[in-house]
Amino acid sequence: MKKQRINIGVTGLNAIDSPGPGIAVIRGLREAKSFDVRIIGFAYESMEPGIYMHDLIDKTYQIPYPSAGTDVLLARLAYIQEQEKLDVIIPNFDAELYSFMKLEDKLRQMGIHMFLPTISQFEERHKVNLSDFGEKYEIDVPLGKAIYDSSEIFGLQKEFDFPLMVKGKWYDAYIAYNMEQARTYFNKISAKWGLPVVLQRFVHGTEYNVTGLGDGNGNTIAAVPMRKQFITDKGKAWAGISIDDKKLLAITEKFVSATKWRGAFELEMMKSNDNTYYLMEINPRIPAWVYLAVGVGQNIPEALTNLALGNDVEPFRTYEVGKLFIRYSYDMIVDRSEFEKISINGEL
Amino acid sequence: MKINENLAISESGFLFNPSTGESFTVNPIGAEIIELMKEGKTEAEISEKIIKSYEVDIKTLQKDLHDFSEILRHHQLLDQYEETKN
Repeated sequence: MKKQRINIGVTGLNAIDSPGPGIAVIRGLREAKSFDVRIIGFAYESMEPGIYMHDLIDKTYQIPYPSAGTDVLLARLAYIQEQEKLDVIIPNFDAELYSFMKLEDKLRQMGIHMFLPTISQFEERHKVNLSDFGEKYEIDVPLGKAIYDSSEIFGLQKEFDFPLMVKGKWYDAYIAYNMEQARTYFNKISAKWGLPVVLQRFVHGTEYNVTGLGDGNGNTIAAVPMRKQFITDKGKAWAGISIDDKKLLAITEKFVSATKWRGAFELEMMKSNDNTYYLMEINPRIPAWVYLAVGVGQNIPEALTNLALGNDVEPFRTYEVGKLFIRYSYDMIVDRSEFEKISINGEL
Repeated sequence: MKINENLAISESGFLFNPSTGESFTVNPIGAEIIELMKEGKTEAEISEKIIKSYEVDIKTLQKDLHDFSEILRHHQLLDQYEETKN
Protein backbone atom coordinates (compact mmCIF):
# COMPACT_ATOMS: atom_id res chain seq x y z
CA MET A 1 0.00 0.00 0.00
CA LYS A 2 1.29 3.42 -0.92
CA LYS A 3 2.14 5.61 2.06
CA GLN A 4 0.36 8.90 2.55
CA ARG A 5 2.45 11.92 1.56
CA ILE A 6 2.47 14.75 4.09
CA ASN A 7 3.64 18.30 3.46
CA ILE A 8 5.59 19.53 6.47
CA GLY A 9 6.99 22.99 7.14
CA VAL A 10 10.12 23.02 9.32
CA THR A 11 12.09 25.92 10.85
CA GLY A 12 15.59 25.92 12.38
CA LEU A 13 17.61 25.36 9.20
CA ASN A 14 20.69 27.07 10.63
CA ALA A 15 22.94 24.02 10.76
CA ILE A 16 25.84 26.05 12.13
CA ASP A 17 28.18 25.52 15.11
CA SER A 18 25.31 26.19 17.49
CA PRO A 19 22.73 24.50 15.29
CA GLY A 20 19.00 24.85 15.06
CA PRO A 21 17.17 21.50 15.23
CA GLY A 22 15.62 21.73 11.73
CA ILE A 23 18.02 19.51 9.78
CA ALA A 24 17.94 16.76 12.42
CA VAL A 25 14.14 16.95 12.50
CA ILE A 26 13.99 16.66 8.70
CA ARG A 27 16.29 13.63 8.70
CA GLY A 28 13.92 11.97 11.16
CA LEU A 29 10.90 12.85 8.99
CA ARG A 30 12.61 11.49 5.86
CA GLU A 31 13.16 8.18 7.69
CA ALA A 32 9.53 7.97 8.89
CA LYS A 33 7.95 4.57 8.32
CA SER A 34 4.33 5.69 8.59
CA PHE A 35 4.33 8.38 5.85
CA ASP A 36 6.23 10.00 2.99
CA VAL A 37 7.07 13.68 3.14
CA ARG A 38 7.54 16.81 1.13
CA ILE A 39 9.63 19.17 3.24
CA ILE A 40 9.13 22.91 3.12
CA GLY A 41 11.88 24.80 4.90
CA PHE A 42 11.22 28.11 6.67
CA ALA A 43 14.30 30.32 6.94
CA TYR A 44 14.95 33.69 8.55
CA GLU A 45 18.27 34.42 6.86
CA SER A 46 19.56 33.62 3.39
CA MET A 47 22.74 32.04 4.79
CA GLU A 48 21.00 29.24 6.71
CA PRO A 49 22.70 26.11 5.32
CA GLY A 50 19.49 24.06 5.20
CA ILE A 51 18.13 26.26 2.39
CA TYR A 52 20.72 24.78 0.05
CA MET A 53 20.37 21.14 1.14
CA HIS A 54 18.12 20.07 -1.70
CA ASP A 55 18.38 16.38 -0.87
CA LEU A 56 16.63 17.11 2.43
CA ILE A 57 14.46 20.14 1.72
CA ASP A 58 12.20 20.41 -1.33
CA LYS A 59 11.54 24.14 -1.16
CA THR A 60 12.40 26.94 1.25
CA TYR A 61 10.55 30.17 2.02
CA GLN A 62 11.88 33.06 4.00
CA ILE A 63 9.60 34.00 6.91
CA PRO A 64 9.56 37.19 9.02
CA TYR A 65 11.32 37.42 12.38
CA PRO A 66 9.07 37.03 15.45
CA SER A 67 9.62 40.72 16.23
CA ALA A 68 7.56 41.60 13.11
CA GLY A 69 4.44 40.32 14.91
CA THR A 70 1.97 37.49 14.34
CA ASP A 71 -0.09 39.32 11.66
CA VAL A 72 2.92 39.55 9.35
CA LEU A 73 3.80 35.91 10.02
CA LEU A 74 0.21 34.80 9.38
CA ALA A 75 0.10 36.66 6.07
CA ARG A 76 3.32 35.01 4.97
CA LEU A 77 2.12 31.56 6.04
CA ALA A 78 -1.17 32.11 4.18
CA TYR A 79 0.80 32.83 1.00
CA ILE A 80 2.96 29.73 1.52
CA GLN A 81 -0.14 27.65 2.21
CA GLU A 82 -1.63 28.64 -1.15
CA GLN A 83 1.47 27.28 -2.89
CA GLU A 84 2.28 24.26 -0.77
CA LYS A 85 -0.85 22.93 0.98
CA LEU A 86 0.97 22.25 4.21
CA ASP A 87 -0.43 19.61 6.57
CA VAL A 88 1.92 20.19 9.50
CA ILE A 89 4.39 22.82 10.74
CA ILE A 90 7.15 21.98 13.23
CA PRO A 91 8.60 25.19 14.70
CA ASN A 92 11.99 24.61 16.31
CA PHE A 93 13.13 27.91 17.82
CA ASP A 94 12.33 29.04 21.36
CA ALA A 95 11.89 32.64 20.22
CA GLU A 96 9.32 31.83 17.51
CA LEU A 97 7.23 29.33 19.50
CA TYR A 98 5.05 31.94 21.12
CA SER A 99 3.97 33.36 17.73
CA PHE A 100 3.13 29.89 16.41
CA MET A 101 1.21 29.02 19.58
CA LYS A 102 -0.82 32.20 19.20
CA LEU A 103 -1.60 31.27 15.60
CA GLU A 104 -2.43 27.61 16.29
CA ASP A 105 -6.21 27.98 15.83
CA LYS A 106 -5.95 30.16 12.74
CA LEU A 107 -3.46 27.80 11.13
CA ARG A 108 -5.70 24.83 11.90
CA GLN A 109 -8.51 26.58 10.03
CA MET A 110 -6.13 26.79 7.10
CA GLY A 111 -5.53 23.03 7.35
CA ILE A 112 -2.15 23.28 9.11
CA HIS A 113 -1.65 21.19 12.24
CA MET A 114 0.95 21.57 14.97
CA PHE A 115 1.62 19.81 18.26
CA LEU A 116 2.90 22.47 20.63
CA PRO A 117 2.81 23.03 24.38
CA THR A 118 -0.05 25.19 25.65
CA ILE A 119 0.74 28.82 26.38
CA SER A 120 0.48 28.18 30.14
CA GLN A 121 2.91 25.23 29.89
CA PHE A 122 5.23 27.40 27.83
CA GLU A 123 5.16 30.25 30.37
CA GLU A 124 5.30 28.08 33.46
CA ARG A 125 8.48 26.25 32.45
CA HIS A 126 10.23 29.46 31.38
CA LYS A 127 13.63 29.78 33.05
CA VAL A 128 12.40 32.98 34.67
CA ASN A 129 9.76 30.89 36.50
CA LEU A 130 11.77 27.69 37.02
CA SER A 131 12.00 28.00 40.82
CA ASP A 132 8.21 28.14 41.16
CA PHE A 133 7.91 25.31 38.67
CA GLY A 134 10.21 23.09 40.74
CA GLU A 135 8.26 23.83 43.91
CA LYS A 136 4.87 23.20 42.28
CA TYR A 137 5.82 19.84 40.74
CA GLU A 138 8.29 18.76 43.44
CA ILE A 139 11.23 18.53 41.08
CA ASP A 140 14.66 19.65 42.31
CA VAL A 141 15.77 22.85 40.60
CA PRO A 142 18.71 25.09 41.54
CA LEU A 143 17.84 28.32 43.31
CA GLY A 144 17.16 30.99 40.69
CA LYS A 145 16.00 34.58 40.52
CA ALA A 146 15.03 36.87 37.67
CA ILE A 147 16.54 40.32 38.01
CA TYR A 148 15.95 43.56 36.15
CA ASP A 149 18.91 45.63 37.32
CA SER A 150 22.57 44.72 37.78
CA SER A 151 22.55 46.38 41.22
CA GLU A 152 20.29 43.56 42.45
CA ILE A 153 23.21 41.12 42.18
CA PHE A 154 24.95 42.76 45.12
CA GLY A 155 21.99 42.18 47.43
CA LEU A 156 21.73 38.53 46.40
CA GLN A 157 25.36 37.62 47.10
CA LYS A 158 24.56 35.72 50.30
CA GLU A 159 21.85 33.60 48.70
CA PHE A 160 23.83 32.64 45.63
CA ASP A 161 27.53 32.57 46.38
CA PHE A 162 30.09 32.51 43.58
CA PRO A 163 30.39 31.02 41.05
CA LEU A 164 26.85 31.60 39.81
CA MET A 165 25.14 31.24 36.44
CA VAL A 166 23.96 34.34 34.58
CA LYS A 167 21.40 33.41 31.93
CA GLY A 168 19.51 35.23 29.20
CA LYS A 169 15.74 34.76 29.01
CA TRP A 170 16.03 33.07 25.60
CA TYR A 171 19.65 32.06 25.08
CA ASP A 172 23.16 32.45 26.50
CA ALA A 173 24.54 31.43 29.86
CA TYR A 174 27.79 32.36 31.57
CA ILE A 175 29.52 31.32 34.77
CA ALA A 176 30.46 34.35 36.85
CA TYR A 177 33.19 33.89 39.44
CA ASN A 178 32.93 37.33 41.01
CA MET A 179 30.72 40.40 41.19
CA GLU A 180 32.52 42.18 38.37
CA GLN A 181 32.00 39.26 35.98
CA ALA A 182 28.35 38.90 37.01
CA ARG A 183 27.73 42.58 36.21
CA THR A 184 29.55 42.31 32.88
CA TYR A 185 27.49 39.25 31.87
CA PHE A 186 24.28 40.93 33.02
CA ASN A 187 24.99 43.88 30.71
CA LYS A 188 26.05 41.67 27.82
CA ILE A 189 23.00 39.41 28.06
CA SER A 190 20.43 42.14 28.71
CA ALA A 191 21.71 44.10 25.69
CA LYS A 192 21.23 41.05 23.48
CA TRP A 193 18.15 39.32 24.84
CA GLY A 194 16.46 41.95 27.00
CA LEU A 195 15.22 41.69 30.58
CA PRO A 196 14.95 39.93 32.91
CA VAL A 197 18.27 38.19 33.30
CA VAL A 198 18.26 35.04 35.42
CA LEU A 199 20.73 34.33 38.20
CA GLN A 200 20.99 30.66 39.03
CA ARG A 201 22.96 28.81 41.68
CA PHE A 202 25.86 26.93 40.10
CA VAL A 203 25.65 23.16 40.46
CA HIS A 204 28.88 21.17 40.23
CA GLY A 205 28.35 17.89 38.45
CA THR A 206 27.74 16.13 35.18
CA GLU A 207 25.32 17.36 32.56
CA TYR A 208 22.66 15.06 31.16
CA ASN A 209 19.90 15.83 28.70
CA VAL A 210 16.66 14.06 27.91
CA THR A 211 14.62 14.57 24.77
CA GLY A 212 11.07 13.36 24.72
CA LEU A 213 7.47 13.79 23.68
CA GLY A 214 4.30 14.13 25.74
CA ASP A 215 0.83 13.45 24.36
CA GLY A 216 -0.88 16.23 26.31
CA ASN A 217 -2.75 13.75 28.52
CA GLY A 218 0.14 12.95 30.83
CA ASN A 219 1.60 10.07 28.83
CA THR A 220 5.24 9.93 27.79
CA ILE A 221 5.39 8.90 24.15
CA ALA A 222 9.18 9.08 23.86
CA ALA A 223 12.17 9.69 26.14
CA VAL A 224 15.87 9.26 25.39
CA PRO A 225 18.54 10.39 27.87
CA MET A 226 21.98 11.43 26.66
CA ARG A 227 25.28 12.36 28.25
CA LYS A 228 27.27 15.02 26.43
CA GLN A 229 30.66 13.60 25.43
CA PHE A 230 32.15 16.65 23.80
CA ILE A 231 31.09 20.26 24.29
CA THR A 232 31.87 23.27 22.12
CA ASP A 233 32.99 26.60 23.55
CA LYS A 234 29.33 27.64 23.36
CA GLY A 235 28.37 24.72 25.59
CA LYS A 236 26.65 22.82 22.78
CA ALA A 237 27.00 19.07 22.51
CA TRP A 238 29.23 18.07 19.59
CA ALA A 239 29.04 14.42 20.61
CA GLY A 240 26.87 12.50 23.02
CA ILE A 241 25.91 8.96 24.01
CA SER A 242 22.54 7.39 24.82
CA ILE A 243 22.41 6.10 28.38
CA ASP A 244 20.18 3.95 30.55
CA ASP A 245 19.49 6.00 33.65
CA LYS A 246 16.29 4.90 35.39
CA LYS A 247 16.25 7.91 37.67
CA LEU A 248 16.44 10.35 34.76
CA LEU A 249 13.62 8.52 33.00
CA ALA A 250 11.53 8.55 36.19
CA ILE A 251 12.02 12.34 36.51
CA THR A 252 11.03 12.72 32.85
CA GLU A 253 7.83 10.69 33.32
CA LYS A 254 7.03 12.70 36.43
CA PHE A 255 7.50 15.93 34.49
CA VAL A 256 5.23 14.77 31.63
CA SER A 257 2.48 13.35 33.82
CA ALA A 258 2.45 16.26 36.29
CA THR A 259 2.36 18.98 33.63
CA LYS A 260 0.40 16.93 31.03
CA TRP A 261 3.08 18.17 28.65
CA ARG A 262 1.96 18.50 25.05
CA GLY A 263 4.64 18.24 22.40
CA ALA A 264 8.37 17.72 22.26
CA PHE A 265 10.77 18.86 24.95
CA GLU A 266 14.35 18.74 26.13
CA LEU A 267 15.20 18.56 29.82
CA GLU A 268 18.63 19.85 30.78
CA MET A 269 19.64 18.08 33.96
CA MET A 270 22.68 18.26 36.22
CA LYS A 271 23.68 15.31 38.36
CA SER A 272 25.50 16.82 41.32
CA ASN A 273 28.44 15.21 43.04
CA ASP A 274 26.10 13.82 45.73
CA ASN A 275 24.00 12.15 42.99
CA THR A 276 21.05 14.58 43.18
CA TYR A 277 19.46 15.44 39.84
CA TYR A 278 18.65 19.09 39.30
CA LEU A 279 16.44 20.26 36.47
CA MET A 280 18.35 23.21 35.00
CA GLU A 281 16.15 24.12 32.07
CA ILE A 282 13.16 22.89 30.07
CA ASN A 283 13.28 23.60 26.35
CA PRO A 284 9.76 23.38 24.93
CA ARG A 285 10.83 21.98 21.57
CA ILE A 286 12.87 19.32 19.82
CA PRO A 287 16.63 19.70 20.48
CA ALA A 288 19.30 19.80 17.76
CA TRP A 289 20.60 16.36 18.85
CA VAL A 290 17.23 14.66 18.24
CA TYR A 291 18.70 12.52 15.47
CA LEU A 292 20.35 10.44 18.22
CA ALA A 293 16.84 9.57 19.45
CA VAL A 294 15.87 8.61 15.88
CA GLY A 295 19.06 6.55 15.57
CA VAL A 296 18.40 4.59 18.76
CA GLY A 297 14.82 3.72 17.84
CA GLN A 298 12.57 6.61 18.88
CA ASN A 299 11.65 8.73 15.86
CA ILE A 300 10.34 11.75 17.77
CA PRO A 301 9.71 13.97 14.68
CA GLU A 302 7.59 11.19 13.12
CA ALA A 303 5.63 10.58 16.34
CA LEU A 304 5.08 14.33 16.80
CA THR A 305 3.75 14.64 13.24
CA ASN A 306 1.31 11.78 13.82
CA LEU A 307 0.11 13.36 17.07
CA ALA A 308 -0.36 16.68 15.25
CA LEU A 309 -2.50 14.92 12.65
CA GLY A 310 -4.61 13.28 15.35
CA ASN A 311 -3.30 9.77 14.64
CA ASP A 312 -2.89 7.20 17.40
CA VAL A 313 0.71 6.91 18.52
CA GLU A 314 1.97 4.03 20.63
CA PRO A 315 4.55 5.07 23.26
CA PHE A 316 8.11 3.94 22.55
CA ARG A 317 9.24 1.47 25.21
CA THR A 318 12.88 0.86 24.36
CA TYR A 319 15.92 2.42 22.77
CA GLU A 320 19.50 1.34 22.14
CA VAL A 321 21.89 2.27 24.94
CA GLY A 322 25.51 3.21 24.28
CA LYS A 323 25.04 4.71 20.80
CA LEU A 324 26.93 7.90 20.06
CA PHE A 325 26.15 10.85 17.87
CA ILE A 326 29.13 12.79 16.58
CA ARG A 327 28.39 16.03 14.80
CA TYR A 328 30.48 17.28 11.90
CA SER A 329 30.66 20.36 9.71
CA TYR A 330 30.66 20.20 5.93
CA ASP A 331 31.28 22.72 3.18
CA MET A 332 28.69 22.93 0.42
CA ILE A 333 29.45 24.55 -2.91
CA VAL A 334 26.52 26.76 -3.82
CA ASP A 335 25.89 28.61 -7.06
CA ARG A 336 25.48 32.36 -6.74
CA SER A 337 22.11 32.19 -8.51
CA GLU A 338 20.65 30.16 -5.63
CA PHE A 339 21.78 32.73 -3.10
CA GLU A 340 20.31 35.40 -5.38
CA LYS A 341 16.92 33.67 -5.59
CA ILE A 342 16.44 33.30 -1.83
CA SER A 343 17.73 36.83 -1.23
CA ILE A 344 15.57 38.55 -3.87
CA ASN A 345 12.45 36.36 -4.05
CA GLY A 346 12.45 34.98 -0.51
CA GLU A 347 12.04 31.45 -1.82
CA LEU A 348 14.18 28.72 -3.30
CA MET B 1 32.70 -5.70 46.64
CA LYS B 2 30.15 -6.24 43.87
CA ILE B 3 30.49 -4.74 40.44
CA ASN B 4 27.62 -2.83 38.88
CA GLU B 5 25.76 -5.55 36.95
CA ASN B 6 24.91 -3.35 33.97
CA LEU B 7 28.55 -2.61 33.24
CA ALA B 8 29.58 -3.68 29.74
CA ILE B 9 33.14 -4.88 29.28
CA SER B 10 34.68 -6.01 26.04
CA GLU B 11 37.65 -8.32 25.50
CA SER B 12 39.83 -5.32 24.70
CA GLY B 13 39.27 -3.97 28.22
CA PHE B 14 36.89 -1.19 27.14
CA LEU B 15 34.43 -0.54 29.93
CA PHE B 16 31.09 1.24 29.46
CA ASN B 17 28.77 2.27 32.24
CA PRO B 18 25.33 2.52 30.57
CA SER B 19 23.73 4.43 33.43
CA THR B 20 26.21 7.32 33.33
CA GLY B 21 27.58 7.12 29.78
CA GLU B 22 31.15 7.04 31.09
CA SER B 23 33.75 4.80 29.49
CA PHE B 24 37.12 3.55 30.73
CA THR B 25 39.91 1.27 29.64
CA VAL B 26 41.52 -1.35 31.84
CA ASN B 27 44.50 -3.62 31.20
CA PRO B 28 44.02 -7.39 30.62
CA ILE B 29 44.29 -8.28 34.33
CA GLY B 30 41.83 -5.51 35.22
CA ALA B 31 39.42 -6.90 32.64
CA GLU B 32 39.85 -10.41 34.04
CA ILE B 33 39.17 -9.23 37.59
CA ILE B 34 36.04 -7.36 36.49
CA GLU B 35 34.79 -10.46 34.65
CA LEU B 36 35.31 -12.49 37.83
CA MET B 37 33.46 -9.85 39.83
CA LYS B 38 30.59 -9.97 37.33
CA GLU B 39 30.43 -13.74 37.85
CA GLY B 40 29.83 -12.97 41.51
CA LYS B 41 33.20 -14.25 42.80
CA THR B 42 34.29 -13.09 46.25
CA GLU B 43 37.53 -11.22 46.88
CA ALA B 44 39.12 -14.44 48.24
CA GLU B 45 38.05 -16.41 45.15
CA ILE B 46 39.43 -13.72 42.84
CA SER B 47 42.75 -13.69 44.74
CA GLU B 48 42.98 -17.47 44.49
CA LYS B 49 42.37 -17.42 40.75
CA ILE B 50 44.86 -14.61 40.07
CA ILE B 51 47.59 -16.09 42.25
CA LYS B 52 47.32 -19.37 40.34
CA SER B 53 47.63 -17.66 36.97
CA TYR B 54 50.29 -15.02 37.65
CA GLU B 55 53.59 -14.72 39.44
CA VAL B 56 52.62 -12.55 42.37
CA ASP B 57 52.86 -12.81 46.15
CA ILE B 58 49.70 -12.60 48.22
CA LYS B 59 50.60 -9.30 49.93
CA THR B 60 51.20 -7.47 46.65
CA LEU B 61 48.04 -8.96 45.17
CA GLN B 62 45.88 -7.92 48.11
CA LYS B 63 47.27 -4.39 48.00
CA ASP B 64 46.72 -4.11 44.25
CA LEU B 65 43.22 -5.56 44.49
CA HIS B 66 42.37 -3.09 47.21
CA ASP B 67 43.70 -0.17 45.12
CA PHE B 68 41.75 -1.40 42.09
CA SER B 69 38.48 -1.68 43.99
CA GLU B 70 39.01 1.83 45.37
CA ILE B 71 39.35 3.13 41.80
CA LEU B 72 36.16 1.28 40.82
CA ARG B 73 34.38 2.72 43.85
CA HIS B 74 35.61 6.23 43.04
CA HIS B 75 34.11 5.96 39.56
CA GLN B 76 30.87 4.53 40.97
CA LEU B 77 31.32 1.24 39.16
CA LEU B 78 30.50 -0.87 42.19
CA ASP B 79 26.91 -1.85 42.91
CA GLN B 80 25.46 1.05 44.88
CA TYR B 81 22.96 -1.11 46.78
CA GLU B 82 25.67 -3.50 47.90
CA GLU B 83 27.81 -0.52 48.81
CA THR B 84 25.12 0.96 51.06
CA LYS B 85 24.40 -2.44 52.60
CA ASN B 86 28.02 -2.85 53.54
